[in-house]
Amino acid sequence: MSDLVVRAEGLRKRFGKTQALDGVDLAMRRGTVLGVLGPNGAGKTTAVRVLATLLRPDEGYAEVAGIDVLKEPGRVRRRIGLTGQYASVDEDLTGTQNLVLIGQLLDLPTRDAKRRAAELLDWFDLAEAAGRQAKTYSGGMRRRLDLAASLVGHPEVIFLDEPTTGLDPAKREDMWGVVRTQVTQGASVLLTTQYLEEADALADEIVVVNHGKVIAHDNPVGLKRRVGGLTLHVRPSDPAHVPDALRILDAVAAPGTNASADTAAGARPGAVSVPVKDDTALDVVVPALRQAGIEVVDLGLHLPSLDEVFHSLTEGTPTTAAKEGELV
Amino acid sequence: MTTLDVPVRNITGDIDKPRGGALAALVRHSVALARRSLIKTIRTPEALIDVTLQPVIFLMLFTYLFGGALSGGDRGAYLQFLLPGLLAQSLALGGIALGQNLNADIEKGVFDRFRSLPVARSAPLIGAVAADVVRYLTVCVVMLAFGTLMGFRVETGLVPAVAAVALSIGFGLCFCWISVWVGMMVRTPGAVQGVMFLLIFPLSFGSNVFVQTDTLPGWLQAFVHVNPITPLVEVIRGLLVGGPVAHGLTLTLAWMAGLLVVFVPLALRAYNRRA
Repeated sequence: MSDLVVRAEGLRKRFGKTQALDGVDLAMRRGTVLGVLGPNGAGKTTAVRVLATLLRPDEGYAEVAGIDVLKEPGRVRRRIGLTGQYASVDEDLTGTQNLVLIGQLLDLPTRDAKRRAAELLDWFDLAEAAGRQAKTYSGGMRRRLDLAASLVGHPEVIFLDEPTTGLDPAKREDMWGVVRTQVTQGASVLLTTQYLEEADALADEIVVVNHGKVIAHDNPVGLKRRVGGLTLHVRPSDPAHVPDALRILDAVAAPGTNASADTAAGARPGAVSVPVKDDTALDVVVPALRQAGIEVVDLGLHLPSLDEVFHSLTEGTPTTAAKEGELV
Repeated sequence: MTTLDVPVRNITGDIDKPRGGALAALVRHSVALARRSLIKTIRTPEALIDVTLQPVIFLMLFTYLFGGALSGGDRGAYLQFLLPGLLAQSLALGGIALGQNLNADIEKGVFDRFRSLPVARSAPLIGAVAADVVRYLTVCVVMLAFGTLMGFRVETGLVPAVAAVALSIGFGLCFCWISVWVGMMVRTPGAVQGVMFLLIFPLSFGSNVFVQTDTLPGWLQAFVHVNPITPLVEVIRGLLVGGPVAHGLTLTLAWMAGLLVVFVPLALRAYNRRA
């Protein structure tokens, strides 16, 4: 059997005037996490719906767990779990009823379906809420139940469509823990996200999509190298110190780069930034600023924002869909 | 979260074969999904207003407000005439909620999960329709019970009355496929209601539900005669208060079969197309 657990070639799908998928190729190795990164409307959800047998593409080929998605969707469905972008639990049913129903639809004998439901509810810290209707759950609890629902059948391949959108940071990290556990137990996870940080934290490989096309496929380190990696920002309290600050930052610049004054449109002047290799740059910069007597009002190390990723990958066509505030 | 070890794979045997074959699987899955709908019905009793309070209001409105005028003063006789007809109207109206619920489920993404499971595409629809039995039974029980309080009397016997209820439920189950189809075609639950009212009001008022057909102008009589509600009312009347049954029964069964033949495939096709 192929090492690839998801393989797609040349997927195209058009909705009216929108070309949602415009020739998408995907490849995910067994036992890994593939992060599909892109802004709203990039085609992430459409791609997941095709792979999860919910939608037929206009053109292209896809296989999941070695099975042709278009020819044998029934066999694919026995091997996948899907958690959609919007928590699709049934609000009128209790947590247990939701999961038992999924188990029954997966042809588990009722006793096994109940045992599996109890096991998952326990694992997702929902045991106490098991007998309550899902409409009484908080947003985070619903997401956990939704995720639990996709794991009832011990799927080989798990599709998670923006599993953490709208969750607070602590809940997001809980969710990441669940994904990692599934992978250590042998599952493969394809996850879409708008958050670079999330793809970075979870994915073995990242596919960046925009306007229905794959514009990059790399591991996180490789992607960051292409995008420029970490950036160190410093804002001296006195703008007159900008030239001195530039000189200090230049000393820690990543190979082949220079410090520069921030001139981006919309940015407040008076700050300087430099691409750096890693956070050891702080060990150099902070004492040097102190020694030179430069007071700062702002100093920080930033991952490239999704805006910057797209700017870098599409060379001058930044997307407005992702706001930087969502990423830090 | 605890780190309880959850085994990834413990299913034995051929996972590609549904237990007991495809038909057994369809029945089993439909039953599981019907149970889901029933749980929802029990949990939200206010969703039963259209099959409880609404028919009672219609019954009182037409008996006490219009009944005297329509029947020349004999409200009791009018109630005997009206109740079987209103039962038919209430059954038709009772199916609207199904289309609305299915529409809402699809919008919420609940059906996406079902569609990603190894379940026949028709099972969620069949399950939802099957659970509607409870609603049609409720309409029959509520109308007969409240009608009895208002003075309605079954003039035939227990067996014909039970037959009337059974036929009513059967008709409801066939008629509601129109609502299912509309639910798959339109965008919002509100639109399902709008379209269904547009269909049901001409059918229920342009019939023998409220007045004798021979009091109507000729062109309207022609419509009444081809209206599927008319033979249904004729049978229910015959079974509850006496009168001819055979003609109406034949036509009603033919209509029920026709509704299924046309609207089940339409609904399934629309459901499959709805992405």
